[in-house]
Amino acid sequence: MTNHAQHNLLHAYLDDELDLVRSMELEDHLVECGDCAHEVASYRSLREKLASGNLRYQAPADFRLRLLRKFEEQKAPRAEHVFFQRRLPWWSWAAVAACLLLTVVMLVLDVNQHRERNLMSELVSGHVRSLMATHLTDVLNSDQHTVKPWFTGKLDFSPEVRDLSGDGFELIGGRLEYVDGHSAAAVVYERRGHVINVFMWPSFGSDQEPHTMALQGFNVIEWRRAGMYYCAVSDLNQEELSELSSMLRS
Amino acid sequence: MGNSADTGEKVARFEALVWPHFDAAYNLARWMTRNASDAEDVTQEAMMRAFRFFDTFRGENGRVWLLTIVRNTCLTWIRRHLPQQNSAEFDERLHTDLHASLTPETEYLRQATGEQVRRAIEHLPPEYREVILMRELEQLSYKEIATVIQSPLGTIMSRISRARSMLRQLIDEQRRSEVKQND
Repeated sequence: MTNHAQHNLLHAYLDDELDLVRSMELEDHLVECGDCAHEVASYRSLREKLASGNLRYQAPADFRLRLLRKFEEQKAPRAEHVFFQRRLPWWSWAAVAACLLLTVVMLVLDVNQHRERNLMSELVSGHVRSLMATHLTDVLNSDQHTVKPWFTGKLDFSPEVRDLSGDGFELIGGRLEYVDGHSAAAVVYERRGHVINVFMWPSFGSDQEPHTMALQGFNVIEWRRAGMYYCAVSDLNQEELSELSSMLRS
Repeated sequence: MGNSADTGEKVARFEALVWPHFDAAYNLARWMTRNASDAEDVTQEAMMRAFRFFDTFRGENGRVWLLTIVRNTCLTWIRRHLPQQNSAEFDERLHTDLHASLTPETEYLRQATGEQVRRAIEHLPPEYREVILMRELEQLSYKEIATVIQSPLGTIMSRISRARSMLRQLIDEQRRSEVKQND
């Protein structure tokens, strides 16, 4: 047999990198040529082996946090430094008074933001803890009809648990959390190896559109709907996390 | 004052666009350096470098952009620490013609343990190891890999083909050497 397919082509075919015409030509060839078909089968099982082998290395959580802190530090101390260097014009008491007034207003606004940010930090920490310890889930099950009843009796509300495996979000399980002084449900999903914690608890107030932010290297989306507060935390990219949040809201 | 606001905003943007790919960065560094403490050094250096060059980021694929930097940092590390490592030995030993040996590979591949696969990947020369990692673990397309390692598509194609054929053989060797030890 001399007209075997070029080796490169077999791999490009396996990797879905061939255009339609070429991949059809190759498929025709595979029907006729047992050797090439054998090669394709062999490399396919090699790829499966690599995909199933759990070969990714996870960065140690303390290393991740250490490095993050380095970046966070670049934000904070710099600001203080500049503030103290700034000299207020001595004659401008009015300006000083205005500044003071502004500061008070900002402070009031800031306290709110601060509270929100603290809550977010708490949720992100909850997410990190769930990854570090072997305590990702209290109930490990990909069936929503098992996970949802599990919460009953443990919480005074019924959390939202969806089967989104058809949309690429695998349900991993659920966990009880204690956040901001009350109990919360954490429903855990996974996408391409990225763990997503969706925290939820009852919260009064009108519905709130999703609000996205990045915190300590994690993407966070929060929203409120039908008397429940939701917050999704993950190292998954923003677009895909938004996808999940819009599916949960639909 | 504007300065610190800029820095703050830069950090925030960096955290949103680049940090989500931290795991991919560490994974690549860990595989390329083949040990945990060097992996941390390389990852840290790469992240710092990425932050420094963040102004050149034009909103393209963040993972590809970051992996390019990590890969270059790894390359520098390898040149400094393993200067004599080259693939000549592998090339000769593994130079087999296409279809020359048709053993029932499918079967032994299925039976190979995770540890054997891991060791086999570690034995691949760096230029082949990196394309396997980017393709199989990070699921980058040929075009994306071409961007990361700054080579033409044709090179990526032949490197992947070559890397898989080496890997298949290395897994077989791992398996055989273990069988021998157990005899």
